[in-house]
Amino acid sequence: MSSAVAAIAPAPAGDNSRAAAVAAARACFPILGRSVHDRPGRPGPSLVYLDSAASAQKPQAVIDAMVGAMSGYYANVHRGIHTLSQQSTDAYEGARARIATFLNAPSPAEIVITRSATEAINLVAATFGRTFLSAGDEIVVSVMEHHANIVPWQLIADAEGARLKVVPCDDRGVLDLDVYERLLGDRTRIVAITHCSNVTGTVIPAAEITRLAHARGIPVLFDGSQAAVHMPVDVQAIDADFYALTGHKLYGPTAIGVLYGKAEWLKRLPPYQGGGDMIASVSFEGTEFKGPPERFEAGTPPILEAIGLHAAIDFVDTLGLAAIAAHEHRLLARATAALQEIEGVSVIGTAPDKAAIISFTIDGIHPHDLGMLLDRAGVAVRVGQHCAEPLLDRFGVGATVRASFALYNNDDDVGRLIEAVRAAKEFFS
Amino acid sequence: MFDDLRDLYQEVILDHGRKPRNFRHPAGANREARGDNPMCGDKLIVYLTVTDDGRIDDAAFLGKGCAISTASASLMTELVRGKTVEAARALFHQFHELCTHDTPAAPSDDTPVDHDALDRLQVLSGVRQYPVRVKCATLPWHAMAAALDGGPSATTET
Repeated sequence: MSSAVAAIAPAPAGDNSRAAAVAAARACFPILGRSVHDRPGRPGPSLVYLDSAASAQKPQAVIDAMVGAMSGYYANVHRGIHTLSQQSTDAYEGARARIATFLNAPSPAEIVITRSATEAINLVAATFGRTFLSAGDEIVVSVMEHHANIVPWQLIADAEGARLKVVPCDDRGVLDLDVYERLLGDRTRIVAITHCSNVTGTVIPAAEITRLAHARGIPVLFDGSQAAVHMPVDVQAIDADFYALTGHKLYGPTAIGVLYGKAEWLKRLPPYQGGGDMIASVSFEGTEFKGPPERFEAGTPPILEAIGLHAAIDFVDTLGLAAIAAHEHRLLARATAALQEIEGVSVIGTAPDKAAIISFTIDGIHPHDLGMLLDRAGVAVRVGQHCAEPLLDRFGVGATVRASFALYNNDDDVGRLIEAVRAAKEFFS
Repeated sequence: MFDDLRDLYQEVILDHGRKPRNFRHPAGANREARGDNPMCGDKLIVYLTVTDDGRIDDAAFLGKGCAISTASASLMTELVRGKTVEAARALFHQFHELCTHDTPAAPSDDTPVDHDALDRLQVLSGVRQYPVRVKCATLPWHAMAAALDGGPSATTET
């Protein structure tokens, strides 16, 4: 468990009731009641959803919030004089404020609402790169990045003549901080690094990353797509300059992401996309742009998605991310131990500080085949490269099976996973 | 638990998947192409030795893949050896039909049909029921076609 989690964990007396609340929260996700591979007169196995690192399921509260908006007060934002537009604007800006408190950002003005975490990272790569990168400059990333935190930097590096420097990890998936520190040089302009690997589950020592970078005047962007789901994130405590996350992994809707940026950085960045809503005035002689965050939100924003994300954050915060993390860590420990008892299983990623994500391989069974058999048993996992090809290359595997746990998983899910893996091994023996 | 999947994973497939034939890089190969399936990370290279008069003298492959793609590659290397380039392409076309259509279109009169080869490939026709696995079965064949075309690679994403 990360120190950040331990620091805000409630007193032991509260633990039991919080744990009970997390366990009961499964009932709030209607989809988890379904089965898969049903046939006429013969229901298939009940769903065991272990692919939340790809995308999480949605609680009824999120569904209700979005349906409620559409059936109650939906209209476009920031431009209407009528009642519905004002209500929708209040809801949209209310979501921004809620995201700010969720991340402990000093101000809602430091929250840019995007279409995805990918767009949030592209926004920084493109605007920061255009402004601050020149030929010979360096961008430090880690070998554990999702493609979304590699390719945007490659694009801007190619355009500006800059290059990427890659921090390695050890065989457990622990980042090499000594190499990281050595890579921070005179030409380093920014560090872009995951807060939690989507393959190994490794949690990065974020505060240490920023401390070392800031000592050299280098800003840090975190890809928090996985971290924000599994542990409390305090952007001030880790002193992040930029923090990107996505809504759909956080039990919210698709097509919404978040970029937290320190005011001092956002105000120095030019617009990303042009369009309506981001301008102060437009003429053919020239256009004046609004300040942050509106400057970065061209066009009609994801209004319904913001409302849904607001509900998702309320849901998660009511349970408490520390309690969710404790629940998930218990499942992680059980599943890891049970998998490692199966002959031929190799777990990829055994960092001491990791979130509830298990990547593994089995000798003699390709992940694609295993994933198909698990699905037949009702167990949904992800197989493949997980959009992190360099990391899989680092571990010398072409693909892995990944089981990822969320607040709604339980001991029965772990048992079903293990039972299905054992049966699949038998099938291919 | 997995009885339904026996149609897909027939014993022949499991056998070729475990012990692929022609899993090597022939010294005399004069054509090769890579096949990539970015969805699952599978990569394989198909090696062909094509004679001046357009006959496939040898076919082999190397790479990592699932049981379906490995078995398909293994069977393919056995079946195209000795065929003319034209006949190998025709077999690919007929195999593709087999993997994607319940009632494969009849080949035109002037196309060679190797009924014995198609019979052996029937074991892979189970992928019809699993659209995501069609790519697994056809990947090595796309790579073979790319090698015949002189291209460096084939991907399932085109």
